[in-house]
Amino acid sequence: MGLELYLDLLSQPCRSIYIFARSNNIPFEFKQVELFKDSVLGKKPAAGSGAEQPRAGPSNSEGAGKVNLLKKVPALKDGDFMLAECTAILLYLSRKYNTPDHWYPSDIQKRAQVDEYLSWHHANIRANAPKTMWIKVLIPLFTGQPLPSEKLQEVMEGLSTSLKQFEERFLQDKAFIIGSEISLADLVAIVELMQPVGVGCDVFEDRPRLMEWRRRVEDAVGKELFFQAHEMILNIKEVLLKWQALQSMPDPHLPSSSAQTSTAQNYRQSQK
Amino acid sequence: MGMGLELYLDLLSQPCRALYIFARRNNIPFEFKQVELMKGQHRTEEFRKVNALMKVPALRDGSFTLAESIAILLYLVRKFKTPDHWYPSDLQKRARVDEYLSWQHVNIRGKGSKLFLTKVLLPMLTGQPLSPEKLEAVTEELNVVLKQFEEKFLQDKPFIAGSEISLADLVALVELMQPVGAGYDLFEERPKLAAWYRRVEEAVGKQLFQEAHEGILNAKNLTADKIAPELLEHFKHQLLKQASQN
Repeated sequence: MGLELYLDLLSQPCRSIYIFARSNNIPFEFKQVELFKDSVLGKKPAAGSGAEQPRAGPSNSEGAGKVNLLKKVPALKDGDFMLAECTAILLYLSRKYNTPDHWYPSDIQKRAQVDEYLSWHHANIRANAPKTMWIKVLIPLFTGQPLPSEKLQEVMEGLSTSLKQFEERFLQDKAFIIGSEISLADLVAIVELMQPVGVGCDVFEDRPRLMEWRRRVEDAVGKELFFQAHEMILNIKEVLLKWQALQSMPDPHLPSSSAQTSTAQNYRQSQK
Repeated sequence: MGMGLELYLDLLSQPCRALYIFARRNNIPFEFKQVELMKGQHRTEEFRKVNALMKVPALRDGSFTLAESIAILLYLVRKFKTPDHWYPSDLQKRARVDEYLSWQHVNIRGKGSKLFLTKVLLPMLTGQPLSPEKLEAVTEELNVVLKQFEEKFLQDKPFIAGSEISLADLVALVELMQPVGAGYDLFEERPKLAAWYRRVEEAVGKQLFQEAHEGILNAKNLTADKIAPELLEHFKHQLLKQASQN
């Protein structure tokens, strides 16, 4: 009865924990939780991953009620000890398994910089990045209608502002957030930014410095592991179609195929 | 010339109060650098050198600057080696503190702030009264997270991490004082929460706690004329956006 990690890899915080544990060879039992699938299939109100769900507009969208936002993933179970919240889980694992110093440096100033990012992240990057999936994919799926484009625009503007601050204040000209080595801060940031990428809003497209940082993070954790963790979100369209095949549902209204097509393929190609 | 630790604070802000109380309680020597938000002092060139994000609280320790109250609290814990109970070395107790400090951002902090800004700041800035429906909606959102706080984090323990006060309790309580300052006596019909409040207050020192909260508990005396006119539009715009987001 060792360590159990309750994860749904469609959820950003779950991915950071998954990558961290695998990258550090921490032995754990992967307990699959399928949050979004339960919601899509209209099963019992599924738990959300804590992503802020934007209001869909007039409250006649019954789909929005299908998901209850009490966080159930990620979750850790270590014997009788249960823990929620991504940051808490990452820190617990780093301490219990004595992971390499750079993840959460013992130098108090460097450590403070990791804490600073992990704190800022909640109300900034994480305030808007998750909404892209709700607006572009999930809410239209539940309601059968696309959301007005202003909704997405608003979210992307918010995300843009956060990304600007991220580049200017946190990353600057360094290789990683705290300097020359990757830390928990980079990991938590990157998984969040892959959400909009997966649903067709490529935030790295016009941001070369950010893209270079992303490549460094991928290299640092291992490209194969990184891609494996992101396979579902990068293939979200196919994933949803597969779920629908499990029950007859009307065709979802998804973003135009040109934007959505083979996000995963493009990703792979870029990894030459 | 700046020597020693500087804490840039406005005690109207919840995270600033947590920091102030923590530093004073632990006799951490620091220079209190007042940054009056209502006067826009967080937007000055000088303050931007300390925190480019233009937010309080901020710390300056020699050439090292730091933002985000959680980061600053932990930095102080480590640098000044405060008593263990604030951030227990026991792995599981520490994880409980981390868990609360993470969850609170969008929940207790998010909803408490939203109530304060909706009930006090926006009517003051816009001159428009608050609709009872809007107040009820915002209050209900806070009630939901208060229930989660009691059921998941506090439960039947004296403090969040167990038998002793930690950073989690301090951070939680200063946030709850914001809606109290807005006139919502959320402790009134919540005896368990009220008992916890008294314990936390006693653990940090009643006098210090009251002193830190003097400003916010007089929040109803805030009037728009105290705000620099050129900032009025900016604040209005910013707060309206904030109110619609959470």
